[in-house]
Amino acid sequence: MSISPDEYKKLGEKAVPKTKSLRNLTGAFLIGGGICLFGQFLLNFYLDMGLSTPSSSTACSMTLVAVSAVLTGFGVYDKIAKFGGGGTLVPITGFANAVVSPAMEYKSEGFVLGLGVKIFTIAGPVIVYGVLASVVYGIIYWAMGII
Amino acid sequence: MFFCIFLRFAEKLFPKRGDFLAHKIGKQTIIIDSAVGIRSSAAVGSKKESEGPLGSSFDIINDDSRFGEKTWEKAESKMQELACWKALKKAEAEMAEIDFLFAGDLLNQCIASAFSARGSKVPFIGLYGACSTFAEGVGLASVFADSAAKNCLAVASSHFCSAERQYRFPLEYGGQRPPSAQWTATAAGAALVSRDSGAPFVKAVTFGTVEDLGINDQNNMGAAMAPAAAATLSQFFRDTYTDPDDYDLILTGDLGAVGAQLMRELMLREGFSLGDNYNDCGLMLYDREIQQVESGASGCGCSAAVLSGHVLPQMKKGVLKTVLALSTGALMSPTSVQQGETIPGVAHLVCFSNEKGGIF
Repeated sequence: MSISPDEYKKLGEKAVPKTKSLRNLTGAFLIGGGICLFGQFLLNFYLDMGLSTPSSSTACSMTLVAVSAVLTGFGVYDKIAKFGGGGTLVPITGFANAVVSPAMEYKSEGFVLGLGVKIFTIAGPVIVYGVLASVVYGIIYWAMGII
Repeated sequence: MFFCIFLRFAEKLFPKRGDFLAHKIGKQTIIIDSAVGIRSSAAVGSKKESEGPLGSSFDIINDDSRFGEKTWEKAESKMQELACWKALKKAEAEMAEIDFLFAGDLLNQCIASAFSARGSKVPFIGLYGACSTFAEGVGLASVFADSAAKNCLAVASSHFCSAERQYRFPLEYGGQRPPSAQWTATAAGAALVSRDSGAPFVKAVTFGTVEDLGINDQNNMGAAMAPAAAATLSQFFRDTYTDPDDYDLILTGDLGAVGAQLMRELMLREGFSLGDNYNDCGLMLYDREIQQVESGASGCGCSAAVLSGHVLPQMKKGVLKTVLALSTGALMSPTSVQQGETIPGVAHLVCFSNEKGGIF
C-alpha cells in the first residue's frame, strides 16, 4: 500500500465518528445519580428501621448488589448500562454486574471449570488491585500514626 | 519439422480440457475459464437479521438464536448445517454428490464448522480466514471444481453470542459500544459450487495478502481490514486490466461505515475511484440507526449471508450481471490483542459474472 501507518492513522481518526459525549454524559448523570439516590433512600430506610449507621450502609450496599444481580439475571441491566454508561459502571451495582454476567455466560462450561474459573474474569483485576491498594494505604496510614 | 508445426497448429485448434484449467494471471489472480458456477446458495439468520433491510432474503430464519440447542457454539453449528441442507435442497442435490466441503467460522479451532460436518461424510477442508472465510471458501471451491472435483460446498458462519463471549464480554455485561464498533451477525451462508452449472459463474478469484497498517483497536476492525481490501481489489484490477466501472456491484465483506469510507480513500490513492456501484455487506444487513449496530455488521456470516441470500439470487434473476465480492477478515485473537499487537487484515475476492465465456 502506498500509505504509511502514520498517515493511515490520521485518516482513520478522521473516519471514526465522534462519541456522542453530551448524550452519554447526560445518561451517566441521570442513571448514576438515580442509583445514588436509590442508595440514599435505602440508607435512610434502614436507619429508620433502627439499624446502626455502619450496619445500615452495609445493608444498603447488599441491597444494591442484590438488585443489580437480579436485574442482570433478567437481562435488564445491560440495557440500562447501554444508556447509562459510566453511570452504571462506577457504583457498586456495576461490580455486581461484572461478577454475575460471566457467571451466567460460562455456566455452559460447567460449574467448576466454567462458572468457578471465569466468574472473576472482569471483576478479578478490580479485586486484586483493590486489595493491593488497600494494603499500601494501610501501610501509609500506619506510618503516619508512628510519625 | 512440418509435422511438428502441424501438431502445434492442431493443439491450438483442438484444445484439451487441461488448457482451460484455472491458471494464474498477473500477481495474484486465478482465472477460471470453464463454466464453474453457483448452482444454489442459502442463507440462515436469526431475529435481528430478519428485522434488517435484507430480512426477506434469508432462506431460514429462527427467532430463537439458540436454534433449539443448549450452547451458542452448538447453535452456530446448527446454522451451518441448515445452510448446507437448504443449499443442497434448492439444487435438488444430495450430500453424497459433494466432493469437498470448505467450511469456516470464527470460533477457536473452528468448532462450528467441524462439528456441523460430522454427519456429512464429505471430505472436509476447514478454513480460518476470520470474516474473509466465505470468499476464501467459494474461491477455493471454484478452483477445485474447475480441476479436481465437480461439486463443492462452501459454507461460513458467525454467531453474535459465541463471538462476544470469545472476543469480548459476557452477553449480560453492561457497557457502551464506541461508534466504530460493529455487530457480529448471527448468520450462515452456503454456496454449492459446480462445474457445468448455470449462472452466476465464477470467473476469477484473487486471494489477498495480509496487510497491517498499525490499527490496534479491536473496536475499529473496519479500519484494520480496509487496507487488505484495497490491496486485493486494486491488485485484481491491475491483474485483469479492468477498472471499477466494469462491474455492476463491488461489494466488501464487513468494513462497516468507518472501513468503507477508508476503503474509498485508499482505493483513490491506488488510482481507482469507487462509484455508486460500491457497497459493503456490513452496511446492508442491518438498519444502523434503528437496530443500533454502530458502524455496521461483521462476522463470517455477514458476507456469507448477504452473498448467499441476496446478491447471488439477484444475479440468478439477472438484476446484477457482474459482481466483485470481497470478504474481509481481521486476523487477531484475544491473546494478540492483549499482548498489544496490531491487527492484520486479509481480503479475498471472487469475481462473478452471468457471462459463460471469458470476460477478461
